[in-house]
Parts: sequence; structure tokens; C-alpha cells
Amino acid sequence: MNLNKVLKGLVVALPVLTLAACSSSNEEAAGDTTATTNTPVQAVETQSDADRLRAELEALRQQNTIYFDFDKDTIRSEFASVLDAHAAFLRARTTVSVTVEGHTDARGTPEYNIALGERRGQSVVKYLQNLGVAAGQMSVVSYGEEKPVDAGNTEEAFSKNRRAVLVY
Amino acid sequence: MSLALFASQARASLEIVITDGVDSARPIAIVPFTFTGAAKPSQDISQIVAADLMRSGKFNPVNVSRMPQQPQNSAQFNAAAWQKTGIEAVVMGTVKEVGIDRYSVSYELVDVVKANGGVGQPMMNASGRLVAGQQHILHASELTISGKQMRQYAHRVSDVIYEKLTGERGAFSTKIAYVLVRDRQEYRYQLVVADYDGENEQVLLRSKEPLMSPTWSPDGTKLAYVSYERKQQQIYIQDVYTARRSILTSFKGINSAPVWSPDGRRMAMTLSKDGNTEIYVMDIATKAMRKLTSHRAIDTEPNWAPDGNSIIFTSERGGNPQLYSVDVNSLATTRVTFEGEMNLAGKHTPNGESIVMVNRTDGQYNIARMDKTTRYMQVLTRTYLDESPSIAPNGSMIIYSTLHGSTQVLALVSMDGRFKARLPAANGRVKSPAWSPFI
Repeated sequence: MNLNKVLKGLVVALPVLTLAACSSSNEEAAGDTTATTNTPVQAVETQSDADRLRAELEALRQQNTIYFDFDKDTIRSEFASVLDAHAAFLRARTTVSVTVEGHTDARGTPEYNIALGERRGQSVVKYLQNLGVAAGQMSVVSYGEEKPVDAGNTEEAFSKNRRAVLVY
Repeated sequence: MSLALFASQARASLEIVITDGVDSARPIAIVPFTFTGAAKPSQDISQIVAADLMRSGKFNPVNVSRMPQQPQNSAQFNAAAWQKTGIEAVVMGTVKEVGIDRYSVSYELVDVVKANGGVGQPMMNASGRLVAGQQHILHASELTISGKQMRQYAHRVSDVIYEKLTGERGAFSTKIAYVLVRDRQEYRYQLVVADYDGENEQVLLRSKEPLMSPTWSPDGTKLAYVSYERKQQQIYIQDVYTARRSILTSFKGINSAPVWSPDGRRMAMTLSKDGNTEIYVMDIATKAMRKLTSHRAIDTEPNWAPDGNSIIFTSERGGNPQLYSVDVNSLATTRVTFEGEMNLAGKHTPNGESIVMVNRTDGQYNIARMDKTTRYMQVLTRTYLDESPSIAPNGSMIIYSTLHGSTQVLALVSMDGRFKARLPAANGRVKSPAWSPFI
């Protein structure tokens, strides 16, 4: 784990903790800590290909969010074309990986919503896998209700927050 | 009735607004303690005690104008004068400066009814002399402390008074941990520990990425929590006093909802490393893991029964999230809740008799309590989008997170639902409260 990256994400209140934080990066944790930083782009052969990739990613970022019904992880048919476009890209660009972020609205408990967000992310991954995308290109991180796009508490805000976002 | 109580100094970011239950609380008089000396300590012990007793929900400390006299000790106490006030008990005391930053604090707790029922009247002692009866003095104490210790000592005094008058241990010397979110700051997520009343706030950690689910070790020295600092969930354990921290888990997928076993040796948690979201128990020393649930539906929010033999959890295996209980030895699983559209985040009360949870009825998320024997379910709150209930170690009060206006705040409700209060933050959203064990 790159220590600079760790420290960039984290400021520590007490000097004692700064030291502890440094030593903790060497500590053994249960589970596989690696393979979590998603390398955005690799193996670009020519300048023109790099330009094309950039343009493709730019286009995909315009439509990278799909929305869900309350307490559901089912992908609504209206988002088929969005996911088809991402699937076509990922099939063609097997060295590119994507992180699917799962989010929920503020209703329910934070810990339940982590599980619900994970299911939304997984259901996008399964959908893309069915379209021929390799499982190894995709990972899921659930933020539950922790990162709303709309902090309001109206039905409209809730529906905007119940989402999965494909992040390259 | 709604009153704001600014228990103390400027810097605490949580204040308290009592919204319900003061009128039905037991009237008590905390006579302002008399100070003798030159340098008055910054903390007023009688004010802190009065604030503690008021926010317990069980007592209503009366205004000075309702006190017939202001005695400094039981010798000055005039039982007859207090008889008709309806005040049950009187706390009186003095603070004497006895050296540089040394204060002798003495106080007495007097039962008004006993004082008038004859026990406070003169009686014969063993040697046949007439002396004043002492049984109306429920407690008397004297201690020399520094100015810095005044606030902590005041909470101890509150603990004693509360226990003498209710028979239940006081929880005024406890702490709360919570997550403070300040949206405009770069390091917007903060893990904070404060005294139970919001004083003595200490930021343990600041992060750009979310922090979740702080939970106390049974000995009150450590917190476990979830951090996204490496762009994925990881469970950390951090010592509250030394700030030393270490990673407990960093599995692929969910690393959520940590909770220590009552003996402090194991941690229950939610992981999705094997595909589905399941409850696991880890031996903290050996990191050996045991999977307690095996179901494709969501299983999360584990909470240990006080005896450590079973764990209650939220599962949507029946269609909607409801509470279930799993025996940690046999893994036998039973459904616990049936009432309401959803029940989540179940927490055993310390006496093991009830379960506190987030209940959804008619689309409203409120804190509810269910008696385990009778299965009687009582919705305790009327606030909006309630979540993250955490119970005081004496079982008297629940702290939880709710929406007030457009902001997430902490709120309190007594176990019987009669006392209600809000703890708005001066600046920022507050969530995921965790009440410490007795310290």
C-alpha cells in the first residue's frame, strides 16, 4: 500500500496517531488488502489510440449512473442502453477496469444500506458479465447512504441517491 | 414544553434541547453550592449535577425561586419548610478553596419525606442521649480535588444521587462516540469522542472518506469502526487514550457493522467476502473466523445478547428486513420480530429483557422497544428517519441519529419513551452515536 496515498486520504488529529497510522500500514490485516486501487488506464500503444480511449471514456462518463427503486436492486429496462454501451467498451478494452459504486437513499439504517448498495453494485456487475465483460475487470464498492448526490430529504432527492455509478 | 439547557462552556458542539418529559419527572432541589475562597473554580458543580439529573429524564431540578431556603448542610436543613413544596429530595453542599487549585467539596442528599416522617426528628441514641436522627440523610460525602477534576467529580456526584434515588446505577460518567460530517471541509468525516453530555469533545480521526459504525470495546478503552480511507471498507480498532490504531479486516467487498462480544475476545461483523452479505465472528487474537449465517438475502447489523450466547441481526430473508436471532454455538436461527413493515438495527438492552430497534410503520422510521417475553412492541419516538440506536449502559436511555429540519442530529429518548431531547450540533451533521460502557 502506498503510504502517501494513505496519508492523503487521512489527517490524523493527534501526533501519536500519526505514528500509529504509519506503523499500521505494515500490520497484517485479515483479508486481501491489495487489488483495490483501480488503475485507470494501461497499455496504451499509440497516441491516437490514447486519444480515442480518452474520448470513449469521456462519452461513457456522460452516462455512468443508473437508478433503482426503493429497497430494490433490480435493473430497470430503461438503463439497458447505458449498460450496453459500457459493456461494449469493456469488451473491447480488456485492460480497462471499472469500479461500480452502489448507493442508497437515507431511509433505513446505514449498515443495512451498505448491504443494499453492494447488491445494486453486484447487480450491475452481473448484468455486464451476462453481456460478456470479464469479471476481473469489475469491482464493487458500496457507500450505502454515506455519499448522497442530493442531501435533501424529498422523494426526488431520494430517487437521485438510489444509484449505481460506473467509475473508470 | 421546550427548553434549551446550555450545560456549560462555549466550545461544546452539542447542546441539549429537551422536548418532552420534564413535567412528569420527579421534582428535586439542587441548592447552589456555597463557595468560600479566593479563586472560584470555572466549573459550577451544582449546575452540572442539576443538568445531569434533568437529562436523565427522571428528575426535574426546580428553580431556586421554588426553594424555601438554601441550606449548605443538613444541620441548616429545615424539614418543615420543604414539606409542602412537593420536592422529594434536596442536594446541598459547599466548595472550599483549601490550597492552590485544591478544593474541598462536600455535599449531602436529604430525603424530604423521611425528614418529615419522624426519622429526622430527635431520637435517643444508645447511651440515652437525645440526638438528631440521621436516616433522612441518604448520602454525605467530602473530597478534595483540583479545579480540573471538578466536572468529572460532578458527574460522579450525579451517579451517586441517581443511584440513591432510583436504585439504578447512574450513567453520567460515560462517553459517547459519534461521526461528525462537515460538508465544507476537506477532511469532512470526523470520529469524535465526548463526555455523555457532549462536553470534552476529542476528535480521534479526520478523513476525506466516510467513517462509519463506531462501537466500544466492553472495557471502554477502544473503538472499532469502519473507514473508507483506502477507497474500500476496512474495520479498524483504535485505542481511545493512546490513539494507536490497527486494521482488523480488509476483505474484498463489505467490512461492516463491527461489534465486540461481551467478553471482549471476539468481534461480530458483516462481510461479503464469500459472495453474500453474511454475519461472521472473528477471534480477535487469532483472527480465526466463523460464519454464522448462510443465506443469499442480506444479513447484517449483528448485536450480542448480554450472555454472549446468541446474536440478533437484521435479515431480509423473509422478504423485508426483520430481526432474527442466531445461537452462536448451534447456529439455530429464529425470527424475532413480526410487527411493522421493517425492523432493523436490533440492540439488546443491558438487562437482556428487551430489544431496541428501528421500526418502520406506515413508511415512518422510528425507534421502538420490544419486550422479549410478551413481544409487546412500543414505538418510542416521533422524530423523522431515526437510525443507529445505542443504549446507555444502565439501560435508562437510548441515543440515536435522526433528521431535524434538514440536518442529521443526535437525539435521546428514555426507555419508557416519556423523556425526549435533541442534541443539535453547532456545526455539521452528527450520526452513528455509540454510548460507552461504564467507565
